[in-house]
Amino acid sequence: MPVFAIAAVIFILVEAAVVYAAFKFRDRGDETEPKQIHGNNKLEALWTIIPALILVGIAVPTVSAIVDLTSAPDDAVEIDVIGHQWWFEFSYPEGITTANVLVVPAGTPIDLSMTSKDVVHSFWIPRLAGKRDVIPGQYTSLYFEADEPGEYWGQCAEFCGLSHAKMSFRVRALPPAEYTAWLQAQQQPAVEPAAGSLEAQGRDIFLGRGCIACHNIKGVSEVAGEVPGAPDLTHFASRNVFAGASLSIDSDDDLRDWLANPPAVKSGSFMPNLGLSPDDITALIAYLRSLE
Amino acid sequence: MTTASLRWPLRRPVDASGIWSWITTVDHKRIAKLYGYTGFVFFIVGGLEALLLRIQLAQPESSFLTAAEYNTMFTMHGTTMIFLVVMPMAAAFMNFLLPLMIGARDVAFPRLNALSYWFFLVGGIVLYSSFLFATAGAPQGGFLGETSTALGKAANGGWFMYPPNSGPQFSPGTVIDFWLIGLLVLGVGSLVSSVNLLTTIFNMRAPGMKLFRMPVFVWMSMVVNFLLAFSLPIVTVALIMLYFDRNFGTLFFEASGGGDPVLYQHLFWLFGHPEVYVLILPAMGIVSEVLPVFSRKPLFGYPAVVFAGIAIGFLGFGVWAHHMFASGIGPIAQVAFGLSTMTIAVPTGIKVFNWIGTMWEGKLKFTVPMLFAMGFVAMFTIGGLSGVTHAVVPSDWQQTDTYYIVAHFHYVLFGGAMFGIFAGLYYWFPKLTGRMYDATLAKLHFWLMFIGFNLTFAPMHWLGLQGMVRRTETYAAETGLGPWNMVATIGAFIIAISTLIFMANWVQSRRRGAPAPMDPWDARTLEWAIPSPPPEFNFAEIPQVTSLDDFWHQKYTEDDAGRPVRKPDADARLAHLEEIGHNPEHRPHLPAPSWFPPLAGLAMLFVATGLLLHASIVGIAIGLVGAAGLFLALVAWSREPLEEEVSAHE
Repeated sequence: MPVFAIAAVIFILVEAAVVYAAFKFRDRGDETEPKQIHGNNKLEALWTIIPALILVGIAVPTVSAIVDLTSAPDDAVEIDVIGHQWWFEFSYPEGITTANVLVVPAGTPIDLSMTSKDVVHSFWIPRLAGKRDVIPGQYTSLYFEADEPGEYWGQCAEFCGLSHAKMSFRVRALPPAEYTAWLQAQQQPAVEPAAGSLEAQGRDIFLGRGCIACHNIKGVSEVAGEVPGAPDLTHFASRNVFAGASLSIDSDDDLRDWLANPPAVKSGSFMPNLGLSPDDITALIAYLRSLE
Repeated sequence: MTTASLRWPLRRPVDASGIWSWITTVDHKRIAKLYGYTGFVFFIVGGLEALLLRIQLAQPESSFLTAAEYNTMFTMHGTTMIFLVVMPMAAAFMNFLLPLMIGARDVAFPRLNALSYWFFLVGGIVLYSSFLFATAGAPQGGFLGETSTALGKAANGGWFMYPPNSGPQFSPGTVIDFWLIGLLVLGVGSLVSSVNLLTTIFNMRAPGMKLFRMPVFVWMSMVVNFLLAFSLPIVTVALIMLYFDRNFGTLFFEASGGGDPVLYQHLFWLFGHPEVYVLILPAMGIVSEVLPVFSRKPLFGYPAVVFAGIAIGFLGFGVWAHHMFASGIGPIAQVAFGLSTMTIAVPTGIKVFNWIGTMWEGKLKFTVPMLFAMGFVAMFTIGGLSGVTHAVVPSDWQQTDTYYIVAHFHYVLFGGAMFGIFAGLYYWFPKLTGRMYDATLAKLHFWLMFIGFNLTFAPMHWLGLQGMVRRTETYAAETGLGPWNMVATIGAFIIAISTLIFMANWVQSRRRGAPAPMDPWDARTLEWAIPSPPPEFNFAEIPQVTSLDDFWHQKYTEDDAGRPVRKPDADARLAHLEEIGHNPEHRPHLPAPSWFPPLAGLAMLFVATGLLLHASIVGIAIGLVGAAGLFLALVAWSREPLEEEVSAHE
């Protein structure tokens, strides 16, 4: 941004003038008094007009950048973003609903349409785009493109209550072919565990201990009525992070801590402490990790 | 009407010393001290809150504070520093100085002035009583991770208090209500004060004190009070609407009921941006007084500095949506507010250049007020330049809500407003107390604060540009943000130490400092033409003003080369002024103290309590008692005799 270079030059000039004045014009203890200068109209006009001209120079590229960044091209991939306290939900036109990890094709413009289920959030992927607020009752849009495949870190940037600090997410940009394969895989129902396995025990706990009141697993249980207030777990293990991307699915400790007492990990959490025993948790983890 | 026939409560109090004399005072100089000391107590409180925040952030993944405590601390830190520190400190300066600088014996409405102070105190008490009496909770349906502690029992929605997060569903409990009612009471006090001070500036000037002979501090105070008079009603509306949403089921900002949360943001910032200038302009005024005195030159381009201040005030109402560039306002609005924000850089630049012009070819005396004033120019410039980068909208989309913004506004409000306030505290310390401060300790204070300030806030620029977002109590170790955060925390403790030195110096010097002469700095404005500390009546004889910097021209003429030459009778003139200040020929009549401003303040505390407890019959009773008390106090106030037939302000 040229504005930073301009600001840096003005910064150096002004600070140099202050320091120079401090040394050059300091009281040396002699008797001479300074000339009483009341002002200088020419000089003052000059330091009114020059900054104004510099600002015009900054304004022109600013206006054109605003216009350029406002609308996405027609061939952009459209994805819906829904902000929740304290995680982001992503839904795709193909009927896929996922959370915490936004999977996109690299090198393709992405057009996000965003709204919130509760309070104002702000969606920010520092390396890919500026912030855009996610507001209940309104739809805002954000357009960006990940040139390189890879994983990018994102964070809610508008204070949104107790666990705002833990409302982050990841953007996973895949090469187009892998993206297509991912779309295919996500449309499948959840993996069915083998009868009698630890995973099957985990599924029974999922069905029996109240998890189904809020979480969807396609092919196993669907929340009745309105849009569920919790992440879709159908392909939980295809992601690498959970709980607002503040915890890692690869980490046994993270999963155990979370399932043992979610509010202790993320204060204000809408997932209660379900009183699960360590064995229940072991089985649930096995099941969740099988949901590729 | 004779006073002898009147009985209490209509008889005016007579104590000249002791606690009751302070409670019933209407003397602008005493009210200034009340504002100043109360504001400073809150500065300590807000500073301690900041230290807790910095301890928490010193290391990644720290658990010194819980999320609830952290959110409360940053909300109360911001609210305190803005409404309970910088505003009352500015009010202290305006109260003390405006009558002295324009040659008046008091403000236009001395009792209203006292009322403003008491409302400020009640507002602050309501805000902080939250820690004792309020309740906080998780959003409806959510679960708190830990038992709530005392540190978490105050407002936790940020100083901007955006709904719906601050609404009834997502912030149950009463902490937000305490904040809303506290701010509403503070707002009434400030609004009353703004009308009072504007009237003072327009109506109470000494003969010959034309507008363009007023010191720049008076000009900046005028702009500030216009800003308050026009912007406070807007935030008052927003706060009342939010209070109604929370307590009476209205849906102004409730999206699920067709309300608009973004409307609140517009209302808040339509107040909030002028408020920024309310905070900085008094400091700009102070610096414009201090720099000429210690450069031994008049202010460079006085009219330009005045008009630039007025321009900043006007433009300040047209830039609010730059706080909302990420909120999805359309491209036309983004362009308009981006351009209007850039425009503010022009008058701000004029001020900075004129201050440097004032120092240029002067004879700089590095007293401590001068050090703080020069520190102001150097630090405020940084805050101003980072401000311009926010006006570049696409750049702001990256910067907003990061530590870059935190760095920016601390350079404006601490490196700017607070440095200006410290410059003023040292500069007018002799006038206020009649004694000199300890210059060695004061210099130590300046240099430690200057270093601590830069260590704390400079790293936040790059922390923010690296992606560290605001208002988060924790950050991951792998972000690599830890080391600079540790530097910032060390800086914060250096600021704390420098503040302790300031306090020690103040307490020591106001009792045992060397006696201050009337005009210790060889200054330019009228407050130095009266004894230190000023007599209760300020001016034994109302001065006749003939020029800008009138007091200077009483002492100096210029030779052919334009250099000042002290008039031969200058010392005799000063001695005369000092003598009549101590032994006036006629003792001027002054407004008598009054019970009713503090009583109205007390009644307001009951009203506030009633509004907080409106769900219970006891609460309604307390509120009604308060309302009746307020009404009676104001009626009695209006019936109160002046005690003297002749007004003090002839």
